This record gives sequence, C-alpha cells and structure tokens, in this order.
Amino acid sequence: MLALIGRYNYFLGGLFLVFLSGVMQPVLAAEPSSARQNELLALLKNDCGACHGLTLQGGMGPALLPETLSGKPDDFLVATILNGRKGTAMPPWQTFMTQDDALWLVHVLRKNKQ
Amino acid sequence: MFTTIARRLSPFFVKHQLNFKRPIKTLLPVLGFLLSFNVLAELRGTGDLGIVIEREAGAALIINTSQRTQLAKITNLGDLSHASVVFSRDQRYAFIFGRDGGLSKIDLLQDKLDKRIIQAGNSIGGAISQDGKLIAVSNYTPGGVKVFSSDTLELVADIPATYADGKLSKVVGLVDAPGQRFVFSLFDAGEIWTLDLKNPQNPLIEKFKNIGKLPYDALITPDGHYYIAGLFGESGLALLDLWNTQLGIKRILPDYVKSEEKLPVYKMPHLEGWAVADDYVFVPAIGKHEVLVLNKQNWTLVKAIPVPGQPVFVMARPDGRQVWVNFAMPDNHQLQVIDVKDLSLSKNLSPGKAVLHMEFTPRGEQVWVAIRDDNQVVIYDTETLQEITRLPAEKPNGIFFSARANKIGL
Repeated sequence: MLALIGRYNYFLGGLFLVFLSGVMQPVLAAEPSSARQNELLALLKNDCGACHGLTLQGGMGPALLPETLSGKPDDFLVATILNGRKGTAMPPWQTFMTQDDALWLVHVLRKNKQ
Repeated sequence: MFTTIARRLSPFFVKHQLNFKRPIKTLLPVLGFLLSFNVLAELRGTGDLGIVIEREAGAALIINTSQRTQLAKITNLGDLSHASVVFSRDQRYAFIFGRDGGLSKIDLLQDKLDKRIIQAGNSIGGAISQDGKLIAVSNYTPGGVKVFSSDTLELVADIPATYADGKLSKVVGLVDAPGQRFVFSLFDAGEIWTLDLKNPQNPLIEKFKNIGKLPYDALITPDGHYYIAGLFGESGLALLDLWNTQLGIKRILPDYVKSEEKLPVYKMPHLEGWAVADDYVFVPAIGKHEVLVLNKQNWTLVKAIPVPGQPVFVMARPDGRQVWVNFAMPDNHQLQVIDVKDLSLSKNLSPGKAVLHMEFTPRGEQVWVAIRDDNQVVIYDTETLQEITRLPAEKPNGIFFSARANKIGL
C-alpha cells in the first residue's frame, strides 16, 4: 500500500501530493530503513508481544489482528502507540520510536496474516 | 517376537558357522542382556531435572541441573510466549501452560509428550492442587479457571469468572493453597476468589469484591498463609489472610505511588512466592524503579530500594539471604542482587541482552538465568556471583526446576 502510493506520487506529481497531504499525511511519511524495520519487528514480537501475545491474538492487552484493528483509523492507532492509553496497561512508546515508525507498524499489523 | 527375530537371524548364524541347534534358547539371554542394558542406561531420577521454555520455537528443553546438560527437546507445544510450568508431586511430569490455551504434560522420565490439550483460547498460567490430583489453569479467553485431572487431563470443573452483568474477567495470579484450594484474581473485575475443591463435583467459591483496580498478578507466601495481589490500576497491594478470610481484604501501601508520578511500565511485573526472605516480603513497585521491602508481621514498608529499572521478577534465593531482580525493557540487560542482611545492593550484573527469568537450584548454590536475545541460559554461582557456564537455548523465556513440585504456590 505504501509502495503503491509512492508510485502514484511519482507519476501524478505534486498536485496529487498537495491534495493528499491534508487528508492522509501519515500515509505519505517516510518508510523506516530496512535495518530499522527489523528492529521494529523484533520490538513488536518481544515487547508488544509481552502483553498482546507472540501471535498478536491478545493477552493482558487486546488482540492486534487485522479484523480487530479494522475501523480504527491510522491516526488513532499511531497516537495510542506513541502516547499510550491512560487507565490501561498500555504505556507510551514514543521514547523508542518515531511517528513514522509507529505508522509503519500499524501497516504491518493491518497486513498481518496470522 | 523373539522367535521371529531368532528365525531371521538363523541364516546369519549358518553363514558364519554358528549353527546353534536351538537359536531361540541361545539368543534369549543375549537379547535379555541387551534389553536390560538399555533400561539401565535410561534410569534417571527426576529431582534435579528442569524445563527451559523456548518461546518462539514452542519447545521445552529437559535439562539436568546437576550435570548442567540438556537431555531432550520436546517440540510442537504451541505458543509459549508466556509459559509457566508446574510439576507433579512425584516429579515425573511437567505441566506446561501455553499462551494459546495449550496444556501439555511432559514425561521427564521418557523425554516425551505424554498428553496435550487445547483447553481455552488464551491463557496465562496454572497451578497444581495440594494432593497433586488437579491442574487448574487461569484463562483470559474465555475468562475463568478450568480444572483438569492431572492424570488424564480430563475436565473436572469449569469456573467462569463472571462479574457485573455476566461479563467474563481475565484471571491472573492463580495459586494453590492448603485445604485443596486454589486462589486467583480477576483482572477486569478487581476481585479475589478462593476455590475449594475438596469435592470436585461441588466446587465452593468465596468471592472478595472491590479489592482494588486491575490486579495484575499475585503470590501466596510459602507457608500458604497470605495471598497478595499486586494492583496496576491503583496504588498498593491487596492482602488476603487465608487463615482468617472473614477479615476480608486489607490494602497494603495504599498511597505509595500516585498515578501522576507513575513511570511507564514496559512489562508487567510477576509476583511469586519466592519473594519472601527473612522477616520481609520483597515486591516490585509499579511505575517506580524500586523494590519494596515489606514487614511480614504488620505489612508496613521497611525500605524502598532504588533499582535501575521497572523490576519484573524479584526472587529470593531459597535460603533467603539474597534477592535477585531483573527488569523490564529498556533496562532488561541487567540483573541485580540485593543482600538481605542489610537490604543493600550487592552486585549489578550484565549477563546479556533481554534477561527474562531466573531459577535457583533447590538449595540455592546456583541460579540459572534466561537470556532471550543471546539465545543462552547463563548459570551463576550465587556465593561468588561468578558465571559458571552458558548453555545454548533458542530465545529462552522461562526456567522451571522440578523441586517446585513440593512447594506451596509454585
């Protein structure tokens, strides 16, 4: 999906980018480097997995499967990751990742086929 | 069978001019000897064995703690990303509780999986009853406790953790207690239940409500007298005196950590009966980088020991002289040793990346430490605090020795 939009940008040029920037800014964010992606995947498995389960089917925290996340906008999920959720056990992860990193993780979760 | 083998072998004897007239009679002692030799080779005691969980591989290593060797690897045990283990009282079997609701019974004598069931969708741990006949599992989905025969793994009792308007709560902090009881906490409901299974057909439940918000785990003191649940949703711990349940729940340290000053918790601490040493109970503070030392007589705070991160496991050496502490990320490369004699930090060790769990040998001369990201188990001499050796294990996340078989609450 990210790659697709990247190509659209390339072909359709600035006008399309301007149009999108208001609505879907996070989607256009820079994708993390492949080394960083591996770090993020390890963090997802080990640290998110501590509460959400290794297979992300939930634990003390809710399941993070595509069907449980559908209907929840990217912005909301990115904000939850970065700032945590007050009154729950979800801590803020902004010390460990950028907004781009969090958005990339949200996309990984949405595509997850487990 | 012997006849068949003897017949098949007889051409061999003919060919090699060993033409016995009665090959069966001649071969029997030979075969008997070979078989007995085989049996001799497999004789083993199980009291110094243990299990190392490999979280991603879904495997359990059977290890010998005296020889410090791996004896076998049992695979296909499902999602072991949060796994715990209890042992049968004869120390022959290990029961492994997997995250995916799997309950696996491992035969430590024969290095094999004896039985395995999927008993729920999502579970967190379990316990074995006082008489060793029942295995109880605490489940997140569906929220509740299921009890099985330790012999057959057949369902004996199903206790849904129902609260409010029929909602089911996740269950945490399940332990065995004297009197053929189990005690557990309801994470979402903020309740503690005791479950008396003297008559498994007629389970007796006693409920304690409003114990505090979001109990995340619990421990029972090694004498089976007190059950203590840690609270995540508010400050302090909830205490139940199992000798005097009519007294209800007593709150310990109700004002210790105010929510506005709480540091983020990147891994939930674990409470275990190991935390009792001398006249103290050692517990992790939540949202504060401290180990709290409580007076076991009046439950007041004796000392708060500052540590470098959010403590996860706070475990006393079996003799109670030391307490070992590991930490949540990003401080999980460290391991700290507290000297109980003067409640001071005696050593800060850096065994490797992602120190997840530790287990003492039965009398505490060694501690085995699981280092997930280094794929190793590190063994320390607890007297000198020097490393003895390292054993390979794939992403180890839990170490459980069979000496737990005879300990209340483990």
